[in-house]
Amino acid sequence: MTVVYEKPQALNDMVMHYCPGCTHGIIHKLVAEVIDEMDIEGETIGIAPVGCAVMAYEYFKCDMIESPHGRAPALATGVKRSLPENFVFTYQGDGDLAAIGAAEIVHAATRGEKITVIFVNNAIYGMTGGQMAPTTLPGQITQTSPYGRNVETEGFPIHVCEMLSTLDGTAYAERVAVNSIPNIRKAKKAIRRAFEAQKNKEGFSIVEILSTCPTNWGLSPVDALGWLEENMIPYYPLGVYKDKSAEGNQEVK
Amino acid sequence: MTEKQAERVLMKGNEAMAEAAIQAGCRHFFGYPITPSTEIAAYMSKRMPKVGGTYLQAESEVAAINMVLGAAAAGVRVMTGSSSPGISLKSEGVSYLAGCDLPCVIINVQRGGPGLGGIQPSQADYWQATKAWGHGDFQILVYAPSTVQEMVNLMMEAFDKADEYRIPALMLVDGLLGQMMEPIAFPEKDLSTIPAKPWATNGHKHKREHNIVNSLCLKPDELEQQVIARFARYDIIKAKEAQAEEYLVDDADIVLVAFGATARTTRSAIDMAREKDIKAGMIRPITLWPFPEKVIQKAANTAQCFLSVEMSMGQMIDDIKLAINCTKPVHFYGRTGGMVPMPVDILGKIEELARGLK
Ligand SMILES: Cc1ncc(C[n+]2csc(CCOP(=O)(O)OP(=O)(O)O)c2C)c(N)n1
Ligand code: SF4
Ligand SMILES: [Mg+2]
Repeated sequence: MTVVYEKPQALNDMVMHYCPGCTHGIIHKLVAEVIDEMDIEGETIGIAPVGCAVMAYEYFKCDMIESPHGRAPALATGVKRSLPENFVFTYQGDGDLAAIGAAEIVHAATRGEKITVIFVNNAIYGMTGGQMAPTTLPGQITQTSPYGRNVETEGFPIHVCEMLSTLDGTAYAERVAVNSIPNIRKAKKAIRRAFEAQKNKEGFSIVEILSTCPTNWGLSPVDALGWLEENMIPYYPLGVYKDKSAEGNQEVK
Repeated sequence: MTEKQAERVLMKGNEAMAEAAIQAGCRHFFGYPITPSTEIAAYMSKRMPKVGGTYLQAESEVAAINMVLGAAAAGVRVMTGSSSPGISLKSEGVSYLAGCDLPCVIINVQRGGPGLGGIQPSQADYWQATKAWGHGDFQILVYAPSTVQEMVNLMMEAFDKADEYRIPALMLVDGLLGQMMEPIAFPEKDLSTIPAKPWATNGHKHKREHNIVNSLCLKPDELEQQVIARFARYDIIKAKEAQAEEYLVDDADIVLVAFGATARTTRSAIDMAREKDIKAGMIRPITLWPFPEKVIQKAANTAQCFLSVEMSMGQMIDDIKLAINCTKPVHFYGRTGGMVPMPVDILGKIEELARGLK
């Protein structure tokens, strides 16, 4: 009998709390597969955010810490500076990383902290029931932008990969999406590359992953995938924004 | 005594605490500059690289305390230092540290407040330190040294007790002590007694189940049990760790209560009062949490009244009243905003109280 598909070792065997069709689960699986392939579960410390992924500390089989909202890069810094030979990753949502934790992520990146950030951009505050996030698209309706995000009053979305790739401490920054099989494959490659950057002590690495929130977008899981492709990808172009180890910095597309 | 123990050096309070931390095995310091605590960061930035440690200047006190959280979870001895406004920014992190049962040491070199306040010495963060660190049911250890030597000794003790009880510990000092120079000796520190930390998130290496450092608990009954268990630990701390110094208390009619730098001027005032045949004495709390209730209760049997002397509007009075169940009058003399109570002024208050006795 040949095994064609397996649950990654680095994930605990338990029911996750994510809504049906939410792509947080796919992202967990990809991170766990990379941990398995690199055989680093015993050396890895993960930092869970405050957000829908708050319970990630139960799901990942490596050692885990639960962070205050937005502070995961600071915690990760404390861990990495104490255990420089271990792998440290944060798993953060857009509200966590780009709003309340904006200072922590920028400074972890500019210091070139040798950590890997898994940044789940779903253009909304999922956990608290669908409020506007710093990444909410112009015109997008949320609970706290009921007339659609008006850039005159609510300002513009933050392009995290673009912003962090300007910092010299950032070794690797790529934006991917998990809306289709080819894109999921690319997402996995990016996560692997980000962990390799950490292994090679290249500097700070981040993978921004465009993800769905069918519940708070008010869409079926399938329609949510379509909405991501039609609305998010044009606004947040996929690609490698920074790769220090590649010859010259690759430009996006 | 070894030669090293005998060797005395002249050091500033802030720098002495920093050196004591290093000798206590602390190799990680995360901070953000603020007067009057900056010498701690400056000293650490110079010394840490020489002892293979980490000094990291964080982007804010918020980040600094969360770096402390990460390092504490990783199982190392770690600290931060700041002054009043910066300490307020750390309160979220301290609540999480307490909720995660993580050991660490924090220094607050207090300055006048509220708000940006001033940069002169103060004790107006007493309430914050002992009662209002942050959200939720929790306490942390609070040490209040009053000499540079005691800053050294208690700094080392703070690391030990933080590890023993898995609790954050605070060194509550003020700008006066921080800037003061005194001759000190560093006691020989036995680092082999640092307890093992099997709970640390330092990579399981496939030799144990994964460790989780966490303060989230969504089931109210479970969270209640966790908090109750933590408070059982607090009861042990209260029974075992309260410390105070008594000075001429046995026959004293008036017992002054003062801590930190204020205890120094209070001691001089008591000597002056004794020369005038006024029976005054002093209880100097060395730990503010746990508060040395028993020592104060005992004094209430013989004293006619108490006088709390503070560099604040009177934040410790309530604890004295509670300790003695209001069985004796508790008076107050204090200065605030960076003003220091002088011995003659304290003496004036003692004389006023003495006139009212009998
Ligand atoms: C200090 C603090 N402020 C606010 C909250 C409430 N809160 C919890 S999760 C969250 C937003 C999470 O959104 P995001 O980071 O985008 O993650 P998602 O749930 O979308 O995956 C907020 C505001 C909190 N827990 N702590
Ligand atoms: S609220 Fe949104 S992000 Fe959160 S689990 Fe549900 S679908 Fe996923
Ligand atoms: Mg989100």
